Amino acid sequence: MGAVVGTLAMQSRQRRPSRDKLDDELELSVVCHRPEGLEQLLAQTSFSKKELQVLYRGFKNECPCGVVNEETFKHIYSKFFPQGDASTYAHYLFNAFDSSHNGSIKFEDFVAALSILLRGSTTEKLQWTFNLYDINQDGYINKEEMTHIVKAIYDMMGRFTYPALKTDTTKHHVDAFFQKMDKNRDGVVTLDEFILSCQEDENIMRSLQLFENVI
Amino acid sequence: MAAGVATWLPFARAAAVGWLPLATKIMPKPPVEKKSRNDEILFVNVSGLRFQTWKNTLDRYPDTLLGSSEKEFFFNEDTQEYFFDRDPEMFRHILNFYRTGKLHYPRQECVQAFDEELAFYGIVPDIIGDCCQEEYRDRKKENQERLAEDTEAENATDAPLPPDSTRRERLWRAFENPHTSTMALVFYYVTGFFIAVSVIANVVETIPTWPIKGSKKDLPYGEKYSLAFFCMDTACVLIFTFEYLMRLFAAPSRCKFMRSVMSVIDVVAIMPYYIGLVMPENEDVSGAFVTLRVFRVFRIFKFSRHSQGLRILGYTLKSCASELGFLLFSLTMAIIIFATVMFYAEKGTKGTNFTSIPASFWYTIVTMTTLGYGDMVPNTIAGKIFGSICSLSGVLVIALPVPVIVSNFSRIYHQNQRADKMRAQQKVRLARIRLSKKGTTNAFLHYKEEGGFQNRDGDGGMFLKNRSTFEHQHHHLLHCLEKTTNHEFTDELTFSEMCMTESIGYRTSRSTSISSQQGMSTSCCPRRAKRRAIRLANSTVSVSRGSVQELDTLQVHKPFRHQSRSSLNARTEDLKLNCDDRDFTAAIISIPTPPANTPDESLSPSPAFHSILRNSRSGSFTHETVKISSL
Repeated sequence: MGAVVGTLAMQSRQRRPSRDKLDDELELSVVCHRPEGLEQLLAQTSFSKKELQVLYRGFKNECPCGVVNEETFKHIYSKFFPQGDASTYAHYLFNAFDSSHNGSIKFEDFVAALSILLRGSTTEKLQWTFNLYDINQDGYINKEEMTHIVKAIYDMMGRFTYPALKTDTTKHHVDAFFQKMDKNRDGVVTLDEFILSCQEDENIMRSLQLFENVI
Repeated sequence: MAAGVATWLPFARAAAVGWLPLATKIMPKPPVEKKSRNDEILFVNVSGLRFQTWKNTLDRYPDTLLGSSEKEFFFNEDTQEYFFDRDPEMFRHILNFYRTGKLHYPRQECVQAFDEELAFYGIVPDIIGDCCQEEYRDRKKENQERLAEDTEAENATDAPLPPDSTRRERLWRAFENPHTSTMALVFYYVTGFFIAVSVIANVVETIPTWPIKGSKKDLPYGEKYSLAFFCMDTACVLIFTFEYLMRLFAAPSRCKFMRSVMSVIDVVAIMPYYIGLVMPENEDVSGAFVTLRVFRVFRIFKFSRHSQGLRILGYTLKSCASELGFLLFSLTMAIIIFATVMFYAEKGTKGTNFTSIPASFWYTIVTMTTLGYGDMVPNTIAGKIFGSICSLSGVLVIALPVPVIVSNFSRIYHQNQRADKMRAQQKVRLARIRLSKKGTTNAFLHYKEEGGFQNRDGDGGMFLKNRSTFEHQHHHLLHCLEKTTNHEFTDELTFSEMCMTESIGYRTSRSTSISSQQGMSTSCCPRRAKRRAIRLANSTVSVSRGSVQELDTLQVHKPFRHQSRSSLNARTEDLKLNCDDRDFTAAIISIPTPPANTPDESLSPSPAFHSILRNSRSGSFTHETVKISSL
């Protein structure tokens, strides 16, 4: 008999904390962000007005509160690579996009990065890529950082590849990269070495031109 | 691919710039946009109600009617709008789906009408958002059940057996579904009758008959007509044994059958008879023998095969066992407490019935359940006080849990049903997600195999499926990733084949043309080298080497191939073979390509392996992969 009363009392106690949590969640979701005006963005980036409008409509639809957090970012990026695991690379991408390093991407960050990637000069593009590879932002790319990045890229391929991935594929790739980029053989790649080596490679230069018309 | 992910594709493609310094090969060219990408507002007229939306909004879901080119069929040139002769109220929800990515179910609409609209617009009902999902499913289930009841009333026959089933399968089926054949029905009723006869005999044989003149004792019928009862019992047991053995023979899995509840009941029902046969007419053992006869009453449980209700009751009891157990436990606690108190309260009385605490249990139970037989009553004042407290609390104890149990029953029962449903739906949902993922990959692999990487014009286009701009761009992105990592996407089947053949370790010599392919890593399996080296191009060596043999047995492999394509393959193959054309490239690959001019040795392919054919064009950076299996 006492047990019955006890269980009834317990149930009422459990209901209270969940109600508090619901209130907290409601408060959080109200926080929202509005981007700077269209004119300012026009001045800061090299997109046309129409392009900015299209971009913002798409952005706002996905993130009505105006910011993308890392989870959503990873989720969206993973949709494009169904066979593999894109979360690690998405993490590095997120850090590269999030220039203010506050854990969320606002529309201005988004558009600024896209402006560099699609309409910037080759030097700017290479600079952005260097920024992406330099995980700890110390101005140098060492082998460890490069290994992380390459592994993240190979993760996106998934398991079923032809030819089959081997355990040292990543290592070979990283070694080949350093062979090409590290001019003074000091074990790290600086920004200047990187830009110089890329400019010497015709393939890279040609490929950089391919992504102009994405928007 | 679902959701507004399409809007993020430009960003994903821009981010591909990050791969460029790592790539060892040049990136493929992006697809050319055929028309300008300026966004425009579309007008959609649904039975007079005009809707306006951005074109991009509709393009988000390219596999629906409004997102694909299918809507062009509904375009009205005079009014420059898309006209649909459908329900405008429903269309509002459909359009909201495009706008927000979530499909909501309007509660006031008929579920069937809603389904029809969804089917028309090419939207799968699984996309319904979680907020409306349950309501939708409940209404749909209701609807289906209503329809099912009607159809079931019309035709109550079971599906006929497949013609090639064995006797054993037919027998099992006859046992499980007695309605399938007349024989089974007869047997079903016969066993039912004999169960009833057996139970009634067990009951009747204990009734005392009228006393015979001169004898004092009342004989029960069982002893008076012992022979008759014995014959009846024997007959019943024989029938039950026969039935049990037949079921055992027919069961698809004998171990599982022997462990099932019904078979245990069967065994318990017939064992006492056999044990009674073998046991000697001994005074000592006959006591135990009598106890065994009690088990004969279990025959009544055999009725549960005949009654659906009994089975459901048993199942619900089983699923409610923990609640019942808890109730019993708390009852036991109360009984022990009160029995102890009563015992010590009545201890002093002379000639009391409360001789021990276990003896007081009986008083407590009888009092708490408000039975009150009166065979044990307290005499002391303290005993009477505690006795009244006991009966009052008994009312509470019994009255309170009963509704709890009843509500638990219904809650657990419905929960079980819902949990099973949700588990099944979850499995279906996961399978669908996996399928759509595979679908995307398969679409890409398919696209590769059809040689979509070359710039083609004219008649080459007819071999490619009509793909949306989104698909073009997505495939280009995946292709860039392949070029960066120097590995290609394949599917699970090919991958496992490769691993198998690797382990076999078939060694072949490599083709010299491998080196002509830029920078491709040649590390892994020797199988791959062999595959790449097979050229059935205009090299005459390959022709004479018995490749014709292989060509005869060539078939298109993948099951998900476009139907039209495989037929196309067959046609061109036959055509070319008949004409004795040297250009086997065109014969095997349905894509018309100019003959490859790389001279290389060819290897006689072993007929037992799958081979991948690859054509490389000199001077071109792209190559196509066509997969052909040879039996």
